[in-house]
Amino acid sequence: MCLAIPAKINKIDRNTAEVESFGVTKKVDISLTPEAKVGDYVIVHAGFAIQLMDKKDALITQGYWKDYLNGQ
Amino acid sequence: MDNRIKELVNSIKQVNTYKDINIMEVCGTHTMAISKSGLRQLLPANINLISGPGCPVCVTSIKDIDCMLEIINKHNVCVFTFGDMLRVPGSNSSLYTEKSKGKNIRICYSPTDALEFAKNNPEKNVIFVAIGFETTIPLIAVTVKRAYEENINNFYIYNTHKLIPPALDLLLSDKKVKIDGLLCPGHVSVIIGSKPYEFIPKKYNVPCVISGFEPVDILTSVKMILKQVRENHSEVQIQYSRAVREEGNPIAVSQIYDVFEKTTSEWRGLGCMPESGLRLKSEYLKFDAAKNFPVGKVHSKEHPGCECGDILKGIKRPYECKLFSKACTPGSPVGPCMVSSEGTCAAYYKYEKFNLNRKTKISGKKGG
Repeated sequence: MCLAIPAKINKIDRNTAEVESFGVTKKVDISLTPEAKVGDYVIVHAGFAIQLMDKKDALITQGYWKDYLNGQ
Repeated sequence: MDNRIKELVNSIKQVNTYKDINIMEVCGTHTMAISKSGLRQLLPANINLISGPGCPVCVTSIKDIDCMLEIINKHNVCVFTFGDMLRVPGSNSSLYTEKSKGKNIRICYSPTDALEFAKNNPEKNVIFVAIGFETTIPLIAVTVKRAYEENINNFYIYNTHKLIPPALDLLLSDKKVKIDGLLCPGHVSVIIGSKPYEFIPKKYNVPCVISGFEPVDILTSVKMILKQVRENHSEVQIQYSRAVREEGNPIAVSQIYDVFEKTTSEWRGLGCMPESGLRLKSEYLKFDAAKNFPVGKVHSKEHPGCECGDILKGIKRPYECKLFSKACTPGSPVGPCMVSSEGTCAAYYKYEKFNLNRKTKISGKKGG
């Protein structure tokens, strides 16, 4: 249930950010990560960004997800 | 097999002490990852990966489920829930059964979905089933605060929140449970950081490693635990440093305690534990579904053959339950560990049902 995935912030409007992960865009709440900026990567859980993540680490984690989704 | 996995398994063999070692994971996502990737079969036979109370759905008490179902039956309400809760059986019914009878029960992705619905439908009383550990609780705290600030009067939460560190304390103090190392939950730790686990090495001399969710992460964490065991040393280490900081996310933690305060909570399998749950602070009590939609005394009874309690404590494996894969299957679950997509029984049923050649029982308490 505590599933969370990394996503890149494309737009910010006050407490709401538009994020992208695996080609899917979604609006998430960023009030728990107020320092987040456009271009940053965040970890998203149930519609909220819960932590910032370095780009390199986010891409590593997304790589694992790609392997998982491709059944490897 | 992936080369990284091969290398890690080999390096684990090099630090292995060849005495029986029980490593408990306390996160449903770890449980599923271990079963799905077959890590149990890759590790040396003396290393037992056992599951603890890491799935919030599984540890919700049957009384809470029965109370929620009573509210739905007695009051005209619209209930929002995460999908995981839908099929969890109470004494006589489930949210899924009530939904099929026409009750207004909806699945949502985020607590804010329930709040938005309440704002757009002021004539309806909307209850969000607030379930979860520290990963999810800050989100619900933010949502409740928003409802307060916007003076929303038709939004409520049915609160069953649970906190991980007190559960670990209780488990480790149980003489029947033998734990030599803990794989601490990755995303709970994104919020709380590593400090709340520091009592474990001090009080119980048990190594703790906060782990990521990929097979490579979990094997690396197992190796870190084995190294600590071998060196007869215990501390809290962070393997999942991609996401977890020592201090966690202090803003998220402060949101939790703005809205909630610690209270005694009943866990399925573990019983009542002081300071292991949260209740709304007095200024937010108007959002408490249990207070606003009263029900009479609820008499709950669990299935007498269900071993979920001992499975949640890591005392038994799913195949030691007489009901497992016979009377209890994902299609017709008896206990919560089979119903939740991240439950231990569901993980064994889905990925390890036909691969139980290592049908080991969990060995007794350390030193006894």
